Amino acid sequence: MSTTDVKLLGGWPSPFVMRARIALNIKSVDYQFLQEKLGEKSERLLKSNPVYKKIPVVIHADKLICESLIIVQYIDDVWTSGPSILPSDPYDRAIARFWAAYIDDQWFPSVRGIAFIAEGDEAKKEALEQVAAGLELLEDAFTKCSKGGNFFGGERIGYLDIALGCFLAWLRVTEKLGNVKLLDEAKAPNLCKWAECFCSDAAVKDVMPETDWLSLNHNIRKTSRKSFRTQSTSFHNGNIRSLSSPTHNDSTESKKITTEPLLPICPSNASDLPSNDPIVR
Amino acid sequence: MAEEVKLFRTWSSPFPLRIVWALKLKGIEYETILEDLQNKSSLLLQYNPVHKKVPVLLHNGKPILESLVILEYIEETWKQHPLLPEDPFEKATARFWARFNDEELLPSIWNASTKQGKEQEEAIVQVEENLKYVEEELKGNVFFGGETIGYLDLAFGWLANLVSVLEEVTGLSLTASGKFPLLSAWMQNFSDAPVIKECWPPRDKLIIRYQAMIEKYTAVAAPK
Repeated sequence: MSTTDVKLLGGWPSPFVMRARIALNIKSVDYQFLQEKLGEKSERLLKSNPVYKKIPVVIHADKLICESLIIVQYIDDVWTSGPSILPSDPYDRAIARFWAAYIDDQWFPSVRGIAFIAEGDEAKKEALEQVAAGLELLEDAFTKCSKGGNFFGGERIGYLDIALGCFLAWLRVTEKLGNVKLLDEAKAPNLCKWAECFCSDAAVKDVMPETDWLSLNHNIRKTSRKSFRTQSTSFHNGNIRSLSSPTHNDSTESKKITTEPLLPICPSNASDLPSNDPIVR
Repeated sequence: MAEEVKLFRTWSSPFPLRIVWALKLKGIEYETILEDLQNKSSLLLQYNPVHKKVPVLLHNGKPILESLVILEYIEETWKQHPLLPEDPFEKATARFWARFNDEELLPSIWNASTKQGKEQEEAIVQVEENLKYVEEELKGNVFFGGETIGYLDLAFGWLANLVSVLEEVTGLSLTASGKFPLLSAWMQNFSDAPVIKECWPPRDKLIIRYQAMIEKYTAVAAPK
């Protein structure tokens, strides 16, 4: 199947888009990455996802698939010759789906609360407690799901690894900018170890944004209306990685992905994350 | 080993009703454990410590939580009377609209029922937008599942009786307006299907219940 048969509409900082990219990587599926300009919704996006108007959207031949977790399951259902993403046992699948829904409906909103919304010490303190409580649950879930392996999926990364792991970069940014410790080795030793394994997995490492670039992205969006166009030209054509630490493989010339020239990533008006942001799923 | 299937539910909540329908459609024997959410049982809290909610499906002692997750579990465990399409794209589409129901449609109908003044007007506009999508998704079929009831019919199923209850309690006209003829026809067909019909909670009790709930919500929200 040629590259153009599978397209992914998205943006490099989005954890939800990352889910789709990891899943495609696991299955070794070639795809064309069509990057949305942050802060703006293209005609293409509005047509592809008229209900939510959000990324990611997978365009497979003429079919449109929206919502990141639904996309991951779709990828798993279509490309059956590659490694499985969901567990094979129905009960294990139910557990993975339960925790993925929990992460999206409860846990990640509490993380975002710290980074963007919480103002004043009380709200921040509450948000931190919520995040910590969630991580405690996930630490326990890891022990049960991993069955001694390095991942929620056992020996290989799977659905729940993707569901949670996509937020690791944002967790690090939140820790850095909020001057807080969220993923604490003392409280969640297994998750910390898992985070390292996840980030260095072959399907993940090329699509996980560097903390510095994500922080920059966050600051651009959060603070001013200043144009960062000078800096943003360095981001042209997915060369983000070439400016980052050498731990990332600069595989822009890889056979697998063709990337549209990346438009300047700074929005002309920096908006905070909530509702009209195209990043959220 | 004999199958042991138990379902924790309440008499009125639409989410466990999805599971009742699925189990009946597949012909699975199960035991009902009725919960009072004002006084949750220790078993419920043990099996669902994270959300403390119904439904909980217990299969040979293992708890499965969240109604849409439970539906998929039932589908994958008992293969008779398939509820989801086989085609991956159709499956993804069904999952998408089921989530849409839970995240957008249901909350919008609840908003329209409980808000007042301008907020209510805006909520009604949102409901109509959402219902338009649902009407389109029927694609002229009798059911969302095609010729027979499927996963998405079960996800949307609550509409077929609760919307008219809310309309009666609030005086609103949401689907009764006649603006959504395909959806209205579906509501009738779904409601009349034997397996579905025999499970509806008593309407008069539902009216009383939702009247009280809406009064409580509007009293809390009312400007002083």
